Amino acid sequence: MGLPLPLSGVYLLYKDGEGMRCLPVRQDFNDWRNKEKMKRILSMTLAFLMLLSLLAGCGGAPQTNEPQNTPEPASDGGAETPDTPEAQSIQVAALASGYMEAYPNMWKEVCEAFTEETGIAVDLLTDKGLEDMIGPSMQGGDYPDVIHLATGREAGLTEQFIKDSNIAEITDVLSMTVPGESAKVGDKIAGGFTDTSLTNPYGDGKTYLAPMFYSPCGLFYNAGLFAEKGWEVPTTWDEMWALGDKAKAEDIYLFTYPTTGYFDAFLWALMYSAGGPEFFEAATHYEEGIWDTPEAQTCFDIIAKLATYTNPVTPAQANDQDFTQNQQLVLDNKALFMPNGTWIVGEMAEAPRADGFEWGMTALPAVSEGGDCYSYTWFEQAWIPAGAANVDAAKQFIAFLYSDKACEIFAKGGAIQPVLGIADSLEGDNKMFYSIYDNGAKAAMGGFAAYSAVAGLGTTREVFLDPVNGLVSGTISVDQWISDIKAASDQMRANLME
Amino acid sequence: MRPNKGRSRFIFFCVAPATVLFFIFMVMPTLNVFRMSLFERGAYSPTETFVGLQNFQTLMKDTKFITSMQNTILLIVVVTIITFFFALLFAGILTREKIKGQDFFRVVFYIPNILSVVVIAGIFSAVYKPENGMLNSILSFLSGKTVLVLWKDQPMVIISVIIAMVWQAIGYYMVMYMASMSAVPESLYESADLDGAGRITQFFQITLPLIWTNIRTTLTFFIISTINMAFLFVKAMVAKGMADVGLSFMYTQKDAGLYGYSMAAGVVIFLFSFLLSLLVNQVTRREPLEM
Repeated sequence: MGLPLPLSGVYLLYKDGEGMRCLPVRQDFNDWRNKEKMKRILSMTLAFLMLLSLLAGCGGAPQTNEPQNTPEPASDGGAETPDTPEAQSIQVAALASGYMEAYPNMWKEVCEAFTEETGIAVDLLTDKGLEDMIGPSMQGGDYPDVIHLATGREAGLTEQFIKDSNIAEITDVLSMTVPGESAKVGDKIAGGFTDTSLTNPYGDGKTYLAPMFYSPCGLFYNAGLFAEKGWEVPTTWDEMWALGDKAKAEDIYLFTYPTTGYFDAFLWALMYSAGGPEFFEAATHYEEGIWDTPEAQTCFDIIAKLATYTNPVTPAQANDQDFTQNQQLVLDNKALFMPNGTWIVGEMAEAPRADGFEWGMTALPAVSEGGDCYSYTWFEQAWIPAGAANVDAAKQFIAFLYSDKACEIFAKGGAIQPVLGIADSLEGDNKMFYSIYDNGAKAAMGGFAAYSAVAGLGTTREVFLDPVNGLVSGTISVDQWISDIKAASDQMRANLME
Repeated sequence: MRPNKGRSRFIFFCVAPATVLFFIFMVMPTLNVFRMSLFERGAYSPTETFVGLQNFQTLMKDTKFITSMQNTILLIVVVTIITFFFALLFAGILTREKIKGQDFFRVVFYIPNILSVVVIAGIFSAVYKPENGMLNSILSFLSGKTVLVLWKDQPMVIISVIIAMVWQAIGYYMVMYMASMSAVPESLYESADLDGAGRITQFFQITLPLIWTNIRTTLTFFIISTINMAFLFVKAMVAKGMADVGLSFMYTQKDAGLYGYSMAAGVVIFLFSFLLSLLVNQVTRREPLEM
């Protein structure tokens, strides 16, 4: 019989429609009732526990990031934590970019080397969508000590911190000694990198963001195709258009771009070559009447003309989902040039390509014969949020990022620190890319000046760059684009951050 | 009255977790959205300034916001109509007609619903690819010449989003209607048959009225979820600024450092969806029919 009979007591056995039943009788009945009561209390306790655990689960996530409570770095790297009296630890949040895909342990090894050098433990967080990882807890007031995240990303987190004046000043880091070395940070960083609005956003000579991983940007092309066809890489825009017509005859478009976001480096280099550093300075500070100058007109004309030479499928693929298909156009010889950075080699390493494909990179052509060629120097930034708990240790960490050891580790992933003399140690494609400045191209650096956010006024990308999609597909006229820029530029100037 | 007291205590403890959670995670944030829409601040800035209704005034004049709300409304109307048409059609066919492989079709139609939006975006990226994409290849094959429609560029982009959203939603609603349609007694159809009513008349006179309550509920449900789904699809599939909807406008503003402004957009979208579902509820009110 499979009837579950309790072990003791008097029971009433009876049969109903569904089979045998048993009921406890008399003396054990109270016992049974107590048990039922216990059960009820138990279920209530369980319900309560469930509620508690839910609450803990929801509220607990940011707390695990509490830097003070984690003396041991979260990474199980196997490096022994040195026995130092100060059990200090900092929290580092770094963007997992294409460099990290090439060498996944990059940041972990740098953090371990830092711990070894200074005894300060590092709690490292890396993610492709870093904004989503650290954003919510920062809104709750819990900041990492060091954040490696560049401006120019879609979520614009770094820009928001700049606009809010919410970044700790790190000018004094430049005069700090690199941990484990005798050189000062400022002496190691290559010239110009700490003079731009990307590191000194308020134009007051004070440094807030540390320059990281630089990469020359330019136009990338298939050097193999140029050799095969006997084409010369154009050095002026007139030669560029001539080449465009020649290529068109062979069913190859002159140009494509991954997304409109890639036009920022392009536009800045173009500004430099059209009017030199003075024009760039004036334009990126939205000076009055600057967009009516002949230099500005040159920039607009070149981009507008380039739009007519662009592979027409480009805008349809210029989104985060499909941008590699635009890059593929160059690999497949369906477009000659695209604006990009040196990370493209790693990014498209697995992609199929035309026979004899070979990466080539050139600076932006000169506006006129004998003019200057510019290549924009893209670099990322590391910074300390003003609300960070361990600012001093964080500054040491930033100083360490320029040590020979750290540079060496970063270089394994192709990430090149803006440190003097580093270009000599490069190999392969990178050697060719980073020697672009030795071959006559001038370095363009900087970017649009920060302005405080105003409702209804878009970001610089929305105003200057995104309409390029419309220019290519013909849904927006050049005049409309320029007049929008002028209108927005007036508002940006009025809200410039001093 | 001991048992009664115990009973209400039991009910209290059963309801308490949900109530507390609902209050903390739904009511409080919603109220907070309303509060923050009156302030101006960055998402991460420690300070905030009270600006009253200024955010809403700017919002009403912001052409980008108006365009994104237009896109939202367009998506809600078109996607709802197409999805419900096909969901009812397929449900009617699969329940009423004898077709080989009914279960197979039921599963196939339902599959898109269990895929995440990211996967769907990946699938449609292959479908919409201008060169060698599935859709353009089929069109080229049918027309006999090379067709190069730029599905993810203006002006086709909104149509591409609509297609993907409809494809994703049909299966779920189809299964829902199949469930309620199969509850309609067979005898009604038999007597209608004897009276000489055709298939289409039967559908409109018997099936549709009898599952009306179900349609009504799902309609409200669908409209609210479309506001959210439209954002997910647009975000995953197309370039920023190509076919922005209300919620993507909201996020863009947040990313630009205008937290208060984005919350004002959030308030407008909240009220919009609230009023819309109220409206739909009123318009679709009918005397419920007994089976």
